[in-house]
Amino acid sequence: MDNKKELIVSAIENGTVIDHIPAEAVYRVVNILNLNLHEDEVLIGTNLASKKLGKKGIIKIKNRYFAQNEIDKIAVAAPSATLIEIKDYQKVVKRQVEIPDILQAIVKCINPNCITNIEDISTRFTVIDKQPLKIKCHYCEKTQEPLA
Amino acid sequence: MTNLKGKNLISITDYSKEEYIQILDLAKEFELNPKQPILTDKVVASIFFEPSTRTRLSFESAANMLGARVIGFSNPAATSLQKGESLHDTIQMVASYSDIIVMRHPRDGAARYASEVSSVPVINAGDGANQHPTQCMLDLYSIRKTQGTLDNLNITMVGDLKYGRTVHSLVQAMSNFKATFHFVSPKELEMPESVKMHVKRMGLKYHEYTNLEDIVPFSDIIYMTRIQKERFSDPMEYEKVKNCYILDAATLQGCKENMRVLHPLPRVNEIAMNVDTTPYAYYFQQAQNGVYVRQALISAIMGVK
Ligand SMILES: [Zn+2]
Repeated sequence: MDNKKELIVSAIENGTVIDHIPAEAVYRVVNILNLNLHEDEVLIGTNLASKKLGKKGIIKIKNRYFAQNEIDKIAVAAPSATLIEIKDYQKVVKRQVEIPDILQAIVKCINPNCITNIEDISTRFTVIDKQPLKIKCHYCEKTQEPLA
Repeated sequence: MTNLKGKNLISITDYSKEEYIQILDLAKEFELNPKQPILTDKVVASIFFEPSTRTRLSFESAANMLGARVIGFSNPAATSLQKGESLHDTIQMVASYSDIIVMRHPRDGAARYASEVSSVPVINAGDGANQHPTQCMLDLYSIRKTQGTLDNLNITMVGDLKYGRTVHSLVQAMSNFKATFHFVSPKELEMPESVKMHVKRMGLKYHEYTNLEDIVPFSDIIYMTRIQKERFSDPMEYEKVKNCYILDAATLQGCKENMRVLHPLPRVNEIAMNVDTTPYAYYFQQAQNGVYVRQALISAIMGVK
């Protein structure tokens, strides 16, 4: 088990490893980052044993680094995730993702009558609670829990 | 005094308690002297993306009494929206012709978005199920006028407390004035948890009832709302409760002398006609007060008061 895990994480020269994703959130992360469109190697592991999460997922993306806005998206989909940037087989950055206080253009409003779902408007939410995630739409003012 | 010039009014939380009082004081001045042609060089755009004759006439009457010219539309079918023009483009166009925009829109959040697009200030005259802040202001005005104060009152709200945005806003606003709330509704239409939480957080008390008679003698204000049949999943439930929340002159026996009945109008049958002639009926004056409050708002936002 340990060897396999080691293999998944270490076999990357340049790129990003997203670790400690709750198993059920793995494909959500794949989708919001549009990894299906990434042309280089993407390795997706899920239901791996984890002390912290029970079952976790891990995604390894070769030759790809993420902008802050994308990292915020990861934080919303998988608040427990850690991000490891790798250059030349070395971990250059390792950090816990963090949900920002304002979510700008990250999630859609769940209210079908919200103006952001009618016109082409960038969504904006104030974060009320981070754990569990509770947000309020800047436009329709509806409070919502996107992960519930 | 804060300067409200150029300030949008989209949500009741956009204005502070002091700013509310400022508008109420100004409205009082307009009640005493309603015809003040102080905006003769201004254009008020009144754009209604869904019909609401009552609100529109109140705003347009307010603008007219200030001497302003009014442009706009009351029927979205007659506008370029039918041709698929975006709200963004409509607002930009209207803003270029006017000094202030009063807008009503069926979508939640439309007014907030318009205020971000518009080069002139926007007053929200209702955005979907979200906010209708001028209704709340005229409610506050009517409460203060009839009670002589906004502080420490017993406010009873009756009917559809689940979906009624006016009662939600009023609870929020009256929470600034140490009110005690009495919520009277059928189980299915109870006040939402989020509103009750707000009352608790403000350190205030609320009580819930299913029977209106119980609370009549203790109320300073009875705020009636309409119960709509469509809100019930089971039509039998509606039939069972529909008459329990009708206020008639007999129900008012034993009420406080200062008690007044308010209603955002239009009423259907929730207030019997025989209440109209009692000294407790205030809903028609309440609607009239809306004009003064809107005069106050428009002139304050235009920076002439
Ligand atoms: Zn929304």
